[in-house]
Amino acid sequence: MLEIKDLNVFYGAIHALKGISLTVEEGELVSLIGANGAGKTTTLHAISGLIPSAPGSVVSLDGADLRKTPANKIISMGLAHVPEGRHVFARMTVEENLRMGAYILRDQKQIASGLELVYTHFPRLKERRRQLAGTLSGGEQQMLATGRALMTEPKILLMDEPSMGLSPLLVKEIFAIIETLHKSGITILLVEQNAKMALAVADRAYVLETGKISMSGSAKELAEDDRVRKAYLGA
Amino acid sequence: MSTFIQTVIVGLRLGSVYALIALGYTMVYGIIRLINFAHGDFIMVGGYTIIFTVPLALALGLPAWAAVLAAIAVCALVGMGTEIIAYRPVRKKGTNMSALITAIAMSLFLENLAQAIPAIGPNPKVADQMFTAGGFRIGSVTFEYTTVITIVISAVIMVVLYMFTQKTRLGRAMRCVSEDKAAATLMGINVNHTIILTFAIGSALAAVAALMYMAQYPRIYTTLGSDLGIKAFVSAVLGGIGIIPGAVLGGFVVGLFESFTTSYISSSLSDAVVFLILIVVLLLKPAGIMGKNVGEKV
Repeated sequence: MLEIKDLNVFYGAIHALKGISLTVEEGELVSLIGANGAGKTTTLHAISGLIPSAPGSVVSLDGADLRKTPANKIISMGLAHVPEGRHVFARMTVEENLRMGAYILRDQKQIASGLELVYTHFPRLKERRRQLAGTLSGGEQQMLATGRALMTEPKILLMDEPSMGLSPLLVKEIFAIIETLHKSGITILLVEQNAKMALAVADRAYVLETGKISMSGSAKELAEDDRVRKAYLGA
Repeated sequence: MSTFIQTVIVGLRLGSVYALIALGYTMVYGIIRLINFAHGDFIMVGGYTIIFTVPLALALGLPAWAAVLAAIAVCALVGMGTEIIAYRPVRKKGTNMSALITAIAMSLFLENLAQAIPAIGPNPKVADQMFTAGGFRIGSVTFEYTTVITIVISAVIMVVLYMFTQKTRLGRAMRCVSEDKAAATLMGINVNHTIILTFAIGSALAAVAALMYMAQYPRIYTTLGSDLGIKAFVSAVLGGIGIIPGAVLGGFVVGLFESFTTSYISSSLSDAVVFLILIVVLLLKPAGIMGKNVGEKV
């Protein structure tokens, strides 16, 4: 479904991504793990067009060339991105945030069904729907950012560090939600520093090291791999 | 007592003009964090457009104030043009400082350009009567039509603008872009279009402010915009720059203080008092009356 081939990104003179290739098939949950600064967020930003990728890079979704699509049209292609640090609209209410997630939709029925879907997955957001997003806890903001991305019922969801800054208990809760979303048939590309959790929920995974994919395989294999265990799982 | 009421009314009239202009400053600041120094000069552009199109309006059998429609169109175009030609390229390549300098340059450019146009020139021009002259009395208080119209129209515009930002799709998009451009982009919002729209609306408000101002003080000159602009800018900062209701509140605070100083102390002190208020408010509340002094959660 999502195909990345030979993706190169430069920040000025810095070669941040050095020819990354990865794929995500329909219905899969794929994790991209790696240390701080390895280029995980850069990869997601390049996919959704927030930063430009170098000529020759391939980013395609169901055969459509995403590199030719302006960043604000990516969501219309069926790709939704939950950014690192949530990026909820703090001065808007929870429900206004969710409605912004459906900005590209004009059909009120579709928007209502999106809201219903999100509220089924996140009953807490329904309780707080009139509250300003800036007053939510970190975990709730993560739920809101995720819910907002689900409003258009995208083909694929990119999630960037959903566990960042959350307490261990909330991390478990967020990952339980990710698993539920995955089981309901949503395709997910997950970027995480918390390699243990990311490998536990994923079907397959890639390890990113200083801008290059160093390992890939089924999540189970990687979780048992000695190098991965030493470098990322603290074993 | 009648002096007091009269002073309040004058304050509200001044305040509504300042508020309309302050809205332009605050909306642009809210969306690209730039103090648009050229905004005051958009008023001047609107003023001259009105002067030149009043004859046309009269020839068409319309009232003189209908010339404001031409001014709205011209100001919106000048505002959008300024963003596209001057600000956007600088924002892409440069720092906040270079954008600020560009804004000052745009302001001087517009003023000098106006002077260079033979039909405008360096000497002030006098405008026609905009609204019906005269007024009516309630008790011992006189209500000039111009004053009443200014206050009512400004109030209506402010309410409409507020509803626009709260209730419409484009208005919500504007709020999103002002909060978080990357997230707005991910929602499918075209950030550049939204910024251009903001300039168009802010500049159109400056055109309306030009009409209101000229209805009262029909003399206009090329640096009129920066004189008026500075007080409107003070209003925006006073209320909390970037906050729409703050600009309105700030405008009325400045207008009322100016009016009261003129009535009860001395007209030559009115500007000094306005700036004194600004300093006091900023010492007590650095982010302005309605501003929040909290860092945003990242």
